[in-house]
Amino acid sequence: MKAAETAPLLNKSAHQAVAKKQSQFIRSLKKYKLLLLMTLPGVVYLFINNYIPMYGVILAFKDLNYAKGIWGSDWVGLDNFKFLFNSDTAYVITRNTFLYNFAFIILNLVLALFVALTINEIKDKVISRFYQSTFLLPHIISMVVVAYLVYSFLNAESGLVNRLLAKWFHVDPISWYSEAGYWPYILIIVNAWKNVGYLSIIYFASIIGIDKEFYEAATIDGASKWKQMTRITLPLIAPIITTMTLLSVSGILRSDFGLFYQVPMNTGALIPTTNTIDTFVYRAMVSSGDIGMSAAAGFYQSAACFVLILVANWAVRRINKQDALF
Amino acid sequence: MQRKNILNTSMIHLFFWIFTIVSLVPFALIFMVSITDEDSIAANGYSLFPNKISFAAYSFLFNDFSEIARAYGVTIIATVVGTTVSLLITALFAYPLSRQGLPFRRTLSFYIFFTMLFSGGMVPWYMTYVNMFDMKNTLISMIVPNLLLSAFNVLLMRSFFANSIPESVIESATIDGASEIKIFFKIVVPLSLPIMATIGLFNTLSYWNDWYNCMLFIDKAELYNIQYLMTKTLTNIQYLIMKSSSSAQAGDLLAKMPRETVRMALAIVGIAPLLFAYPFFQKYYISGITSGAVKG
Repeated sequence: MKAAETAPLLNKSAHQAVAKKQSQFIRSLKKYKLLLLMTLPGVVYLFINNYIPMYGVILAFKDLNYAKGIWGSDWVGLDNFKFLFNSDTAYVITRNTFLYNFAFIILNLVLALFVALTINEIKDKVISRFYQSTFLLPHIISMVVVAYLVYSFLNAESGLVNRLLAKWFHVDPISWYSEAGYWPYILIIVNAWKNVGYLSIIYFASIIGIDKEFYEAATIDGASKWKQMTRITLPLIAPIITTMTLLSVSGILRSDFGLFYQVPMNTGALIPTTNTIDTFVYRAMVSSGDIGMSAAAGFYQSAACFVLILVANWAVRRINKQDALF
Repeated sequence: MQRKNILNTSMIHLFFWIFTIVSLVPFALIFMVSITDEDSIAANGYSLFPNKISFAAYSFLFNDFSEIARAYGVTIIATVVGTTVSLLITALFAYPLSRQGLPFRRTLSFYIFFTMLFSGGMVPWYMTYVNMFDMKNTLISMIVPNLLLSAFNVLLMRSFFANSIPESVIESATIDGASEIKIFFKIVVPLSLPIMATIGLFNTLSYWNDWYNCMLFIDKAELYNIQYLMTKTLTNIQYLIMKSSSSAQAGDLLAKMPRETVRMALAIVGIAPLLFAYPFFQKYYISGITSGAVKG
């Protein structure tokens, strides 16, 4: 009897709560309608620039015929992918992209941390600023300019490296732009040159954010500089290291198109060691006009990156929830 | 102990001086090459300490400046328009996201965050702009695709707004009867000049340095921007004059062209504005990067 009486009552109050929530929602919509309108340009832009192209992944499963349009073109199932993976191209570009990024992540992290830790030892603010500014200079220029800089060192006839090699070691000129074997080293050095300064400033920023009291206490306890570094500084900046590394690991199948296209000056002879997924996608689309395979490679890259980022994030969440990206 | 410290400090400085030199030498090299005499390069190659100085490369470039001037013009228009619009829509998107009570706040945040996780790839992206919007060979194609709004910048700005604009300021302005638009432009923006300067600078750099959009969307030489003109000239030195002069003139000019040095002179002309401006903006740039590092 009692239960029967309370049930409709509960229902009623639940109903009221829902209605109240709804009216609250409408009220807040009204209150915030201008703010919502403000986001509109950005929402529309992202829709065009990012969301419509996501729809376009169906291109990877079609044989594009311009006359019929994207929708009208024939489905070919997984043919584009079969073609891509049956040649050894897929393997080579994946290997290149992966190994380059792997080398970049390790080398840049070590160098940048070293620079950040040592620059922290400089007490003179003016000179420290000066160093930071010069280290950042390579980061603000475009890859086109980097290509010029590399060319001025490496071109066969008048490049500085060949001239110095000849002068000091009597080595015959090396034609750098036709020997694919040198390029893994060259690109790793160029990438470090361009990015270590930038990374080190990010790490340096989080080092100066550390509370000075930790170090004072440690000094009183007689901890050496090395001990302070390994027991205080590194653990406290571990979150930012994790975040940065996580970001680069999840992009391990993406590559800086400029670095791999501009810096080797799109030289055919260097393609075996400079071709990455991104340059392949571009060349397949522009030079050979193979839209299907190009789209398939692009889709493969995006999907693999998406999975990677989820896995990396999951792994970090398990270790320390707060360091995860989401 | 004292002596050991001095030794350590000088080791650190030595290391940093080497690092500084490594950062600067490539720039010095192309500059020195650009002012070297062409014959001396044929004999000795590129050198940081040229035997004979000559400004022939620059006088060659400035003799017919039209090609470069046009490329500069395109770059400047794209940079000014792009930076302004980009800054505006970034702020307009970031500010509402920083407000606690905003309906759909989580949805909008996810909407922007997801673009950092997944993309359709280059081919459909390219076709969207070329086939749907017909942007091939337009100035807009150097402004809009990819560069206009970066999810990362929005998130950076959002956390600045959330952390440095006190909720109470906005509340009291609302009580005084100010509209949201007024609050945004009269209170929020003036209080956020540091982040505005930072994001504006990031945008300016990415527009000034862009060659990718130009390479993809532009076939007409009149619309090339300075970076792309530099790309073309690096792989094909004749490019500089072939496009701007009639063929009879071109042959003549080609013969007289100081080939090696003119290339480097063009590179200097291309990066000079950036290098000159750098001392003035490096302060903001560094603080911008640093604020990006602090996770919000």
